[in-house]
Amino acid sequence: MSFITVNNLWKEYGDLVVLENLNLSVKQGEFCTLVGASGCGKSTFLKMLLGQETPSRGQLLLEGEAFPGEPDRNRGIVFQRYSVFPHLTVRQNVLMALELEQKPWLGKLFGRARRSALEKVDAMLTSVGLEASANKWPHELSGGMQQRLAIAQSLIMRPRVLLLDEPFGALDPGIRKDMHDLLLKLWRETGTTIFMVTHDLKEGFYLGTRLLVFDKVRRDPHDPEAFGATITYDLPIGQADSKLFEDINESVAETARHQAA
Amino acid sequence: MRMINRHPGRVSATLLGLLPFLLIMLIYSLASQERLAENPNDKLLPGLEQMTAAVDRMAFQEDRRSGDYLMWQDTTASLQRLGIGVTIAASLALVIGILNGALPLIRANLAPLVSALSMVPPLAILPILFIVFGLGELSKVMLIVIGTAPIMMRDVAQRVRELPGEQLIKIQTLGANTWQVITRMVLPQVLPRLIDSVRLSLGPAWLFLIAAEAIASTEGLGYRIFLVRRYLAMDVILPYVIWITILAIVIDQCLRLANRRLFPWYNAGGH
Ligand SMILES: Nc1ncnc2c1ncn2[C@@H]1O[C@H](COP(=O)(O)OP(=O)(O)O)[C@@H](O)[C@H]1O
Ligand SMILES: [Mg+2]
Repeated sequence: MSFITVNNLWKEYGDLVVLENLNLSVKQGEFCTLVGASGCGKSTFLKMLLGQETPSRGQLLLEGEAFPGEPDRNRGIVFQRYSVFPHLTVRQNVLMALELEQKPWLGKLFGRARRSALEKVDAMLTSVGLEASANKWPHELSGGMQQRLAIAQSLIMRPRVLLLDEPFGALDPGIRKDMHDLLLKLWRETGTTIFMVTHDLKEGFYLGTRLLVFDKVRRDPHDPEAFGATITYDLPIGQADSKLFEDINESVAETARHQAA
Repeated sequence: MRMINRHPGRVSATLLGLLPFLLIMLIYSLASQERLAENPNDKLLPGLEQMTAAVDRMAFQEDRRSGDYLMWQDTTASLQRLGIGVTIAASLALVIGILNGALPLIRANLAPLVSALSMVPPLAILPILFIVFGLGELSKVMLIVIGTAPIMMRDVAQRVRELPGEQLIKIQTLGANTWQVITRMVLPQVLPRLIDSVRLSLGPAWLFLIAAEAIASTEGLGYRIFLVRRYLAMDVILPYVIWITILAIVIDQCLRLANRRLFPWYNAGGH
């Protein structure tokens, strides 16, 4: 059985159709990258996977069951910014995830339990390359390090699904490469199912196992809100040729122009 | 060079800052000398001598009737009222503000009331407070609470709602329940903002304190000022006003320092 199933999914905000007729089936452990023009509903799709938004029509199923209606510990998220807590140090940020789980009322760990939790935390920090910054505040970190922290914080919960919304969009191109390697490494180690939105088509072609292109197939020049985007390409990574890349690139750019007009 | 691009150095900035104070003192002493030369018993603009004598009498000699050092007695009485009032107001603001800011159901229920309360002119209900709570300490403290709490409540609620939505989602994906969201994410981030809010509320708090003391009291800085007004005792009033100002500045700076010490991430721009 497929892990995540999307059947005839629509999302509308009033008269604005964001997504139309989405169909998708994802196996556990896949790494899907989502690309498409800005404003075509990629974040909205992630929000539905997260439980922050509900579909207007159609089905969204996790192992055959409807998705829970609010965020929970099975689905981690990394945003472009503001994903870490500014009032906690790097170590405390990751430790908090374990504390919340084990202490519903106090929200804090002490003594042996705390020490063993900290061991896990430090191992996680090492694996994302933040061991030297464990006692720093988030505002003392570079953008790339903050994103590493956000990823560590999510992954220590061992979520079944990890959602990333343009996580490297604000980073320098040089740092992005390191982050790709890190993400691939963590994905192989944990086997988590990943959905990552990126505005960089190259990134989408390079990372992960599956590329999903969100685009509008129908356009009404007089009413840009009338039609939503859907998945126009669903490609296994590594098999696309450069001609296809150009085609997709062109189509997405076209949608972006219409959206802007 | 354009004026907007001209910055003073450290020393000249200090001097520029001091200048207005020195000027005011100079003008005052000239005016005072002039009046005193005409009439040595003039009360309106007392000189430094009269004022030091008055401070000596009020602060360092026992009062002939009660045997108390009046200025210290007034100071402790006023600071106690101010402290209790502001502490109660800040605690209320923290609890109600967080509930209003973080829980939509409570916000729907309470926010209109808080907004309405913050519009009531506190001095207009001072008579009600005197009638309900009597002329003792309680009514003065209550005036400070009623005068400052609603605005702080709104401020705290606003600060809670300004926390990035991403954080709220993130902590839920870490499995936090509502209580944990409040205690581990909202409360610690709102505390330094509450201290800022208290600093801003201290001005109004002093206003309400002095108003209440002026009307019904037997001790306190405001009481004393309004009492000696009958004798045109500017030599007491002016030092009292300066003393109140110094106290206000010291309290404000203590809060500022406490904020820096307790919440290093906040003041280093980590929010
Ligand atoms: N809560 C909302 N209410 C109304 N419109 C929304 C809301 N959230 C998103 N939208 C609209 O939905 C469209 C898709 O947004 P989004 O999913 O953020 O696009 P993307 O992430 O692909 O850039 C945009 O036109 C946006 O304005
Ligand atoms: Mg987006």
